[in-house]
Amino acid sequence: MRAQFVLSEIGVGLRRNLTMTFAVVVSVALSLALFGGALLMREQVSSMKTYWYDKVNVSIFLCNKNDAKDVPKCAKGAVTAEQKKEIEADLKKMDAVETVQFETVDEAYKHYQEQFGDSPMAGNITPDQMQESFRVKLDDPQKYKVVATAFAGRDGVQSVQDQRSILDNLFGLMNGMNVAAIFLMGLMLVIALMLIVNTVRVSAFSRRRETGIMRLVGASGFYIQMPFIMEAAFAGLIGGLLACVILIAARYFLIDGGLALQEKLNLIDFIGWEAVLTKLPLVLAIGLLMPAVAALFALRKYLKV
Amino acid sequence: MIRFDNVSKTYPKQSRPALRDVSLDIEKGEFVFLVGSSGSGKSTFMRLILREERASQGMVHVLGKDLARLSNWKVPQMRRQLGTVFQDFRLLPNKTVAENVAFAQEVIGKPRGEIRKAVPQVLDLVGLGGKEDRMPGELSGGEQQRVAIARAFVNRPMLLIADEPTGNLDPQTSVGIMKLLDRINRTGTTVIMATHDQNIVDQMRKRVIELEQGRLVRDQARGVYGYQH
Repeated sequence: MRAQFVLSEIGVGLRRNLTMTFAVVVSVALSLALFGGALLMREQVSSMKTYWYDKVNVSIFLCNKNDAKDVPKCAKGAVTAEQKKEIEADLKKMDAVETVQFETVDEAYKHYQEQFGDSPMAGNITPDQMQESFRVKLDDPQKYKVVATAFAGRDGVQSVQDQRSILDNLFGLMNGMNVAAIFLMGLMLVIALMLIVNTVRVSAFSRRRETGIMRLVGASGFYIQMPFIMEAAFAGLIGGLLACVILIAARYFLIDGGLALQEKLNLIDFIGWEAVLTKLPLVLAIGLLMPAVAALFALRKYLKV
Repeated sequence: MIRFDNVSKTYPKQSRPALRDVSLDIEKGEFVFLVGSSGSGKSTFMRLILREERASQGMVHVLGKDLARLSNWKVPQMRRQLGTVFQDFRLLPNKTVAENVAFAQEVIGKPRGEIRKAVPQVLDLVGLGGKEDRMPGELSGGEQQRVAIARAFVNRPMLLIADEPTGNLDPQTSVGIMKLLDRINRTGTTVIMATHDQNIVDQMRKRVIELEQGRLVRDQARGVYGYQH
């Protein structure tokens, strides 16, 4: 088999079908970019999850003396030293609990000042308005409910708050975007596949004279089909390369340049270039193989060998 | 070379068979005319030999192989030993004469050195020496058919199948094509030619096989086109 001959046939085929080739390239590029984007988004979410879940606790806020008036649960007054001891002992007994830290009113006040010291509200807050609390770290953040049910109704406990639930809203949003991206990718993929099948069909039809002669002189089925498959694979590869460029550009635009989210949201640990670059071979491989396989199936139908 | 044993062929969704109970032998080196009116089964006969179709009943042997038992992927190997020529030439219009002939070798993976040697040789044989770089559109019908014959013959097939090769040509040009086919036959290649051309069949005095409504009605050595009715 002669590579040069095959390559020139592919070139002729692609040029003859330029508009269709272009459509295939664009649709493959878009679907693969969405695919890569979804992968990266998932990685971003999971890296944020491990980063943040590590930092968040379940907080058990205890009643202070002001709560007695406006919080029904604390009607009996501020938490007593005995209740505190009991709660701490019970917390430490629980399997799910990793560490328990007690935060005094003063510490709470200090943290508050650190966080909101600049805002005018901070000036009005006095230490006796702050609450004592237990900061509980769980070995598995999912087990929040166990802690909540065990302590929410106790005397002296004002409320049990899972900081994770605040984050979960954010993650829920990101996951939603992820699902949307995957859905869109699926649609684009279907479009890409249909375009490939159609391109191959048109290509096979416009070259039926050549393939007919090939058949008659005894070219193997593989040899007859290969130019079509290579054409589809080549268009797919171009689409894959384009998708890689889109991914790199998107990473740069969103995080470093352009929107510069890294600067604006420096609390978030964004995925690095490495995460992007490791996805590219996968994107390229799919860009190469998917159209080739689609072409193979299309040929079974439209090209008699 | 070719053996048909009680071969019938019925196409799907058709009640009337295209070929009924045909049995015959064609030996190596023979020149055979296949005659019969349109729809008599000539094309089906050819297609069975090329294994474009499979027989519904009976056995077709070509080059010693039972085509019913030949697996699909071995068909190309079998076809490399056959050459085919058609009424409508079937040349590639965007390739030169030499490229058209070379195409038959390129697609079966012949090395380039061999192609470079074989193409001018076979073009000389068919009388087209010096026209290697012409495009098919610049040639006359007879010359185009010579290119097609060169392409069919360049791989030195054991068997040449010609489906009305003179159907589009004037009588004088046809004679030239027949001389060429006769020359190819003399190199030892079996030639099977379907034709409607009475003059040619009568002049050549070769074996004549006549089909009528799918039946073999005449198989005559040194025959003529038809009995005088």
